[in-house]
Amino acid sequence: MSRGTIRAYVLGDAQADRVVPPTGITAQLTFFVSAAMAFLAVFALALSLASGRLADRWSDELARSATLRLSAPADQKAEQTAAALRILTQTPGVARARALSAEEQAALLAPWFGADLPLEDLPVPQLVEIIEGDSGYDVAGLRLRLSAELPGAVLDDHTRWRRPLVEAANSLRRLGLIAVLLIGGATAAMITLAANAALAANAQVIEVLRLVGARDSYIAQAFVRRFTLRALSGAALGMAAGMGAVALLPEASDAGGFLTGLGFQGATWLVPLLVPVLGAVVAFAATFVAARRRLGELR
Amino acid sequence: MPLPRKESIATPADSTACKTAQGIETPPHVGQKSRVVLGAGVIELDNVGYSYGGGDLLSDISVQLAPGSFHFLTGPSGSGKTTLMKLCYGALLPTSGQVRAFDADMASLDRDQMALLRRRIGVVHQDCRFLDHLPLADNVALPLTVSGRDRGAESENLAELLAWVGLGSRTDALPPELSGGERQRAALARAVIMSPDVVLADEPTGNVDWEMSQRLLQLLVELNRMGKTVLIASHDLTLIRAAKSHVQARVLRISNRRLQLAGADL
Repeated sequence: MSRGTIRAYVLGDAQADRVVPPTGITAQLTFFVSAAMAFLAVFALALSLASGRLADRWSDELARSATLRLSAPADQKAEQTAAALRILTQTPGVARARALSAEEQAALLAPWFGADLPLEDLPVPQLVEIIEGDSGYDVAGLRLRLSAELPGAVLDDHTRWRRPLVEAANSLRRLGLIAVLLIGGATAAMITLAANAALAANAQVIEVLRLVGARDSYIAQAFVRRFTLRALSGAALGMAAGMGAVALLPEASDAGGFLTGLGFQGATWLVPLLVPVLGAVVAFAATFVAARRRLGELR
Repeated sequence: MPLPRKESIATPADSTACKTAQGIETPPHVGQKSRVVLGAGVIELDNVGYSYGGGDLLSDISVQLAPGSFHFLTGPSGSGKTTLMKLCYGALLPTSGQVRAFDADMASLDRDQMALLRRRIGVVHQDCRFLDHLPLADNVALPLTVSGRDRGAESENLAELLAWVGLGSRTDALPPELSGGERQRAALARAVIMSPDVVLADEPTGNVDWEMSQRLLQLLVELNRMGKTVLIASHDLTLIRAAKSHVQARVLRISNRRLQLAGADL
């Protein structure tokens, strides 16, 4: 496609645009489909981006923390906790370590045993939270030292349950992107159908234009411009509505968990702006192919 | 005469379609034989045949339309007049033989070249073929529009052309609002607005009364006197006989799928 042709498509020609009669139903269909698909695409993008953030956060936060579980007789628990804290403090790569208070441990068990759990009467192990430094620590070496000095200590670096969580979040991110691609494909299919309907409805117009000496590019341009502009305006409206709806979602909070984290943050608010542009590109390509195919059937 | 001057004729970009002799030539001798030879033609059909649905509609048609000549094409309904006209402006390609326009083999032209060629061949269709959503002036100016010519610069010519066909006061009317005669005159105006070398008219008087058919015929004769090659397909022998008193016309008749030169029996 030459530069002149591209300029003609972008700038248009008022006379050429008038040559093709307005087709109400296909115009409305294209506009509605583009708006609806853009709205859904914004949500799919929000889901994908939020899932990505969640996967990164879980991966990052859980990777940087570990838990030491101390099982010891009640009279030795304080002594072994102090020894464990001393070992952890001496371990390179451990940023900080602290023993959870009885209240914190009771809060952790409350979902299963209730709030009035008499923790002091139960052989509950002491939990120590370990926060890893930037350089990281030698997990295997720490385990060896703990087994030598504190046989009742078990180091849990969260690997076992961190991996499926991160994988789940990454899967959600992929699903969001696949949804965006499917939305794009469905948009292309719907616009192709609408363009074909418009081309069929205007078969006589196209034939007359060919007979009076119109080039294929001239005829195609009239249809392609119209459908592209409809898709662009529809998608812009759908994007605006989608972004408004996403903005109205609750802010991310620990209490709300994953559901309140849906949405865009910072520069990612700019990402939905691509939706109308991509919608227009899809409409342009779909209508261009449909018009060329239809014109090819005419002499 | 309000038609655009010669220098405003659109010329195709490809050199193969630009070799037309522009002057009016005296029609050469016409032989009374099945191969009708009318001179070096702007449109030439060489042993053309056309088949459709397993049957031959036209067979072994050879004819050359000389520049500036005037021809009638006649024959009974269904004899293939419209098919032959379509072959002349490239809406159909022959199943055998060759159709040349301005020395170019139509079968070898690509789609853009065919579009450019059609700007040099004005066609008046039997059913006029207007765009019903556009007013008359825009319909007549359609060839200018699609060729990218500046409508503003051509507005004076357009107004003169519409006045020439007697539609100067109907410029804003939509095609469905026009009478049969007005539609045919508008179709003729559209056919000649690009100042084509050839004007093909398929039953241009088919839906109008005798007075209007005479008016249309007179317009076509005027075009021929300006040097345009004119071919009119018509089954109306009365009209053809009347025309022969105004213009030196040759009459071609399709009979049994073949083209013959009509003689004194007409």
